[in-house]
Amino acid sequence: MSNTKSLLTIKDLHASVEEKQIIKGLDLDIKPGEVHAIMGPNGAGKSTLGYVLSGRDGYTVDSGSVTLDGEDLLEMETEDRARAGLFLAFQYPVEIPGVSNLEFLKASVDAQRQARGEDAITSADFLKEAKAACKQVNLPVAFLKRGVNEGFSGGEKKRNELMQMLLLKPKLCILDETDSGLDIDALQVVAEGVNSQRSADRSFIVVTHYQRLLDYIKPDFVHVLSDGKIVKSGDASLALELEAQGYAWLQKEPAEDELEG
Amino acid sequence: MTEQIDKALAREYEAGFVSDVESETFEPGLDENVIRRISEMKGEPEWMLEWRLSAFREWLEMEEPEWALVDYPKIDFQSISYYSAPKSMKDKPKSLDEVDPELLRTYEKLGIPLIEQQMLAGIAVDAVFDSVSVVTTFREKLEEAGVIFCPISEALHKYPDLVKKYIGSVVPKKDNYYAALNCAVFTDGSFVYIPKGTRCPMELSTYFRINEQNTGQFERTLIIADEGSHVSYLEGCTAPQRDENQLHAAVVELVAMDNAEIKYSTVQNWYPGDENGKGGIYNFVTKRGICHTNAKISWTQVETGSSVTWKYPSCILKGDNSVGEFYSVALTRGRQQADTGTKMIHIGKNTKSTIISKGISAGRSNNSYRGLVRMNPGAEGARNFTQCDSLLIGDQCGAHTFPYVESRNPSAIIEHEATTSKVSDEQMFLCRQRGLDPEKAVSMIVNGFCKEVFKELPMEFAVEAGKLLEISLEGSVG
Ligand SMILES: Nc1ncnc2c1ncn2[C@@H]1O[C@H](COP(=O)(O)OP(=O)(O)OP(=O)(O)O)[C@@H](O)[C@H]1O
Ligand SMILES: [Mg+2]
Repeated sequence: MSNTKSLLTIKDLHASVEEKQIIKGLDLDIKPGEVHAIMGPNGAGKSTLGYVLSGRDGYTVDSGSVTLDGEDLLEMETEDRARAGLFLAFQYPVEIPGVSNLEFLKASVDAQRQARGEDAITSADFLKEAKAACKQVNLPVAFLKRGVNEGFSGGEKKRNELMQMLLLKPKLCILDETDSGLDIDALQVVAEGVNSQRSADRSFIVVTHYQRLLDYIKPDFVHVLSDGKIVKSGDASLALELEAQGYAWLQKEPAEDELEG
Repeated sequence: MTEQIDKALAREYEAGFVSDVESETFEPGLDENVIRRISEMKGEPEWMLEWRLSAFREWLEMEEPEWALVDYPKIDFQSISYYSAPKSMKDKPKSLDEVDPELLRTYEKLGIPLIEQQMLAGIAVDAVFDSVSVVTTFREKLEEAGVIFCPISEALHKYPDLVKKYIGSVVPKKDNYYAALNCAVFTDGSFVYIPKGTRCPMELSTYFRINEQNTGQFERTLIIADEGSHVSYLEGCTAPQRDENQLHAAVVELVAMDNAEIKYSTVQNWYPGDENGKGGIYNFVTKRGICHTNAKISWTQVETGSSVTWKYPSCILKGDNSVGEFYSVALTRGRQQADTGTKMIHIGKNTKSTIISKGISAGRSNNSYRGLVRMNPGAEGARNFTQCDSLLIGDQCGAHTFPYVESRNPSAIIEHEATTSKVSDEQMFLCRQRGLDPEKAVSMIVNGFCKEVFKELPMEFAVEAGKLLEISLEGSVG
């Protein structure tokens, strides 16, 4: 394993929002093709990690390093990170009234193609792909014409995020609780969507609170994020353990670390 | 091409120009003598001169309005030249190569043919363009349909009765300060007449351009849609960059006879001044239409330019069942100030009006909507729906809404909705996370915000309006 090049390497990352430190020394290494699940209590910093990696304004890195494909991710603008293959499926997708899903998606795909020196995709080809993606996430094609997330139900928003992932074909997908708010059927749809995209050169960070999703998406690793750092890592069986015991037994550990440090 | 230029130049000569155009520029200043000279240049009938002079006398008695939420230094009307011809060919581009490519790109996209691009860019035919300012194409085809579309100065010669009957019939001479001034000194503009029962076979369009320095532009447009006729008219405006402010005080009058329909669309991109508010056009425009029975007038405007805008395209819904619509996008950035909106005057029974106003403010600009909905006592069963949405980009700009409602008929229904929103950090983040650069993100969000208005524009124009917003927003993302 150590002889494969890493896709994402996070070293001793410290990051804060509005002067408040949220990520407090986080290490993570992801190889191409791997699926990492991140679990952890509310407020642990899971979404924050996604934002920091994507370069959201207002999220400052205080120290540490992150590389994507060997490139310094933290030096890049938000849009350049996306163009380099980083995709974030939002926990709470935002609405953009009046901008059709189709228009938004095509602009996104074209921006990324342009960055790779490719021509814009033709409208006809794109429409074909977009329709297929709709079908795959079980959204009626009419959703392509509606405003981005405008008036979508919670579950529809999540499926819409997944559709964007299918069209953008990123290298690293961060799915932030894409499974919450989904009915059982939709959960399976999301899981199938992810599984269909698993490949040797695409990796996933799946943030979730539920073992259920991990029944469908078999993760290679499970990490527990608590108070801004990873307090426990293991294989898929760790998720089962967490399901049974909760997080309390793990949360003592960071306190001990702090005493040492 | 040269033929058209020659023809155009010949027309100038007819109007009394000599070859040395420089000497034909009026000295700045305004008195009765200047008005007589304008009228003489144009070879106008006596009644037109009298009309101008009486408007001028009214104007002298009037006060400049101060109620709008705009702030600009007092205009010295004596420092403006009221008849413009190029001062010197030296400071003009000699060929299209010297013209700002961005400008050319915009024209191209607007579908303006090369000859007109050259005219707009002020090459060679500048003098013609500055004073006549109307390019009419496809005239023969229109004549076949019986449609009249020509410069108003020409209409005064060819169709004096029509002009005399309708000019000032919708916007009276002393309607307001700038309208009175326009009556006195207007130099040109478009005249349109659509005969009974005729559907105008094509979109009519006019491009206005202010080229000269220190000149005012006072064009006058008169559109008459006779019973049961239909016309769609497009107006585009541009101006080059100048450090001085320039005055534009136009008057547009629309007459929609019984069962007629007029759709009037404007994409206004006058020079807005620089970031610090230096230069730019003062745009003080009076636009009004009258609807007779079952008639419909629809104003659609996309305003991105001018340093100061004062403009309220209005409808007088005189006839029963007549319909007035106003769809507006006004974008301000830098130090631009816009006070714009509409007036819907319901006189007839069951008259209906719709107002959709989208104001976008960026930079340190100020954007105000000012609208009046009046239901007269006879407006039985009349209805109005108003929706005013403001979008803020950044936190140094302002958006204001001033709705005035006067209802003197209890059966009339007036609905008003207003929202203010910001381009949110979350929206920006979503767009950028998907790979869009911030400028594209803002223009996309803004375009989405304007969708309801853009869909009212003729197809090609809607695309252009979107592009124009994109160009206008460049640099407004910090
Ligand atoms: N803008 C902000 N200002 C102050 N605190 C913030 C801000 N954004 C996030 N936080 C705090 O950072 C902490 C981590 O939040 P984050 O959203 O990353 O948690 P999470 O692990 O994703 O939780 P959940 O499981 O509930 O989604 C929380 O305590 C939150 O209140
Ligand atoms: Mg979260």
